[in-house]
Amino acid sequence: MAEPRTLSEKIWEAHAVSSPLQEEARRRALTEAGQTEAESMLGQRPELLYIDLHLVHEVTSAQAFEGLRLAGREVRRPDLTLATVDHNVPTLDRDKPWPDPLSVQQAAVMSGNAAEFEVPFFGISDQRQGIVHVIGPEQGLTQPGMTIVCGDSHTSTHGAFGALAIGIGTSEVEHVLVTQTLRQVRPQTMAIEVEGRLPEGISAKDIILSIIRTIGVGGGTGHVVEYRGEAIRALSMEGRMTVCNMSIEAGARAGLVAPDDTTFAYVEGRPFAPKGKEWEQALEHWRTLPSDADARFDKVVPLQAESIEPSVTWGTTPAQSVAVTGRVPDPDGFDDPTARELGKRSLTYMDLKPNTAIEDIGLDRVFIGSCTNSRIEDLRAAAAVARGYSVAASVQAMVVPGSGLVKAQAEAEGLDRVFLAAGFEWRDAGCSMCLGMNPDFLLPGERCASTSNRNFEGRQGAGGRTHLVSPEMAAAAAVAGHFVDIRSWRRN
Amino acid sequence: MEPFHAVKGRAIPLNRRDVDTDQIIPAKYLKRIERTGYGPFAFESWRKDPDFVLNNPAYAGAPVLLAKQNFGSGSSREHAVWALDGLGVRVVIAPSFADIFKSNSFQGGLLTLELPDEDIDYLIARAEELPESELEVDLESQTVRAVDRSWERRFEIDPFKKYRLLRGLNDIAMTLEYKDDIDKFEATRPAFLPAKRSS
Ligand code: SF4
Repeated sequence: MAEPRTLSEKIWEAHAVSSPLQEEARRRALTEAGQTEAESMLGQRPELLYIDLHLVHEVTSAQAFEGLRLAGREVRRPDLTLATVDHNVPTLDRDKPWPDPLSVQQAAVMSGNAAEFEVPFFGISDQRQGIVHVIGPEQGLTQPGMTIVCGDSHTSTHGAFGALAIGIGTSEVEHVLVTQTLRQVRPQTMAIEVEGRLPEGISAKDIILSIIRTIGVGGGTGHVVEYRGEAIRALSMEGRMTVCNMSIEAGARAGLVAPDDTTFAYVEGRPFAPKGKEWEQALEHWRTLPSDADARFDKVVPLQAESIEPSVTWGTTPAQSVAVTGRVPDPDGFDDPTARELGKRSLTYMDLKPNTAIEDIGLDRVFIGSCTNSRIEDLRAAAAVARGYSVAASVQAMVVPGSGLVKAQAEAEGLDRVFLAAGFEWRDAGCSMCLGMNPDFLLPGERCASTSNRNFEGRQGAGGRTHLVSPEMAAAAAVAGHFVDIRSWRRN
Repeated sequence: MEPFHAVKGRAIPLNRRDVDTDQIIPAKYLKRIERTGYGPFAFESWRKDPDFVLNNPAYAGAPVLLAKQNFGSGSSREHAVWALDGLGVRVVIAPSFADIFKSNSFQGGLLTLELPDEDIDYLIARAEELPESELEVDLESQTVRAVDRSWERRFEIDPFKKYRLLRGLNDIAMTLEYKDDIDKFEATRPAFLPAKRSS
């Protein structure tokens, strides 16, 4: 019998171009040929993984394409590559000239590189344009069992389909463009088991914020996390994407969920999904992917779904969160001195006092969007909360769909009218105020309830203060002007 | 890439944990399309505080950066490595690093060294008290020590990583030697996998 393997190990082994065994043979050959010790060291090089899909955006690719140009190299597999513009794009008045000439240049360089290297490109006027991690799944390009990379840490999102999806830096982007492979040292495996049923009103965002609070921002370092258990199985694909998206916020190299009928139903019929006989072959393969029953993980973390509450971050790392019914903690009570020091710095930055009730925290801005929570289901959830209400006078609230297609779908369902009637702004697709590279950013001192993934200092604009929440919680906060417990919200 | 052998100089005591790459280089500077010129913007918002360690002229141009756990978390931006390089930093020493930052550093020839908390605490205290004290990092012998030899540690590094850093080898060139393997692998990929016709 073959060794039982986990999902990520199966994907890894199916994509290792040079297996450790081949490496070993190569090393022996070198040694026997009388090569130096240094060369025999080549046997310890990281494994080469073949990459099935490479997503590219404007911020982390310009220097990589420049590297190709300087070396006279080509993109090995443009057909396995897809580029878009998402980080810089304005979400208003797109037909008018963009306000920032540097953004204009970066987007122009992206479209120029796509044309020069014949990489398929969803440009600003293409309805399929959007955040890379929204458009891959939407197009059916993200499929179970694949290896996926992108010069972006939230590539882990694609793991929701049972793909091994890894965020990389610009030098690695160049490496993948040229070789269609990535050098990686084999990660460790971690299982996070969310058992039981999620209580009413609790979303995927609350699951992942609870996980990060439990294991810490460095808890997943060096590991690929597989999310398992009844509560994960019960999630929609959108919910699984939200969970996998924030794997990086726990430091994990990737996060994934075993593919099942929910996954297959989502992929089927999408533009790049296999069709006919190939669909049958793919399905057969995908069903072999889930971790074997007795597969061992290097670490196992259990979590009870029933204990999860609507979460709000109070600090400047995604692990600093608390239930909406709770209070801002007093860092003086933290055992770990580095956590104490960080907690104090965070509270100073956030301008919050220990023991303040979370529901007493008032807001200036609300942002519903980002690769964590900008898919159709997120917008439906937020609209269901906002329906028939008005945004508080003190709050400026915006909804930014994850892609042009999500926007069109939402409009077809009338969600835009719900948001507009309530006083939310309804924007075009992009990263927007998740990181504020475009004209959407917080002013110094502004406090924002955000459905994005990072509450780092200055993340949404220098001096801006971010509280991470679910789309439902963000919509309710926009209406109330402060945080409220979504479990007691009256829906119209 | 330039080969890495040894570095000698002052150390900057950045006494913080979970230093994310948004702090190292804010997003608004990622619009540039070059690999250089990020140094002046490194740690921009923290530098607004006159007491921030990098505003102390004693540490200007110091090649070693000391930090607490989980350095380089968050965004995958390699610009963070380029920004540290722009400051003149060649080695970062911390109890732990975020994965992507670690691999980006390796790509850029920036050495990331992991030492236990006690050692980091000692080095940070020392650099705070005696800013002019120097550290020496030698990759060949895998040692980091005070220049006056009052303190010395051996550090671990993956042999392949060391081999490649010492020679300044380029990953792409090395991988291209595996072209035959890649070609062979590619020929076995199932037909149902998605591929696009270029537009
Ligand atoms: S939405 Fe935010 S986190 Fe996601 S890819 Fe864009 S900038 Fe990165």
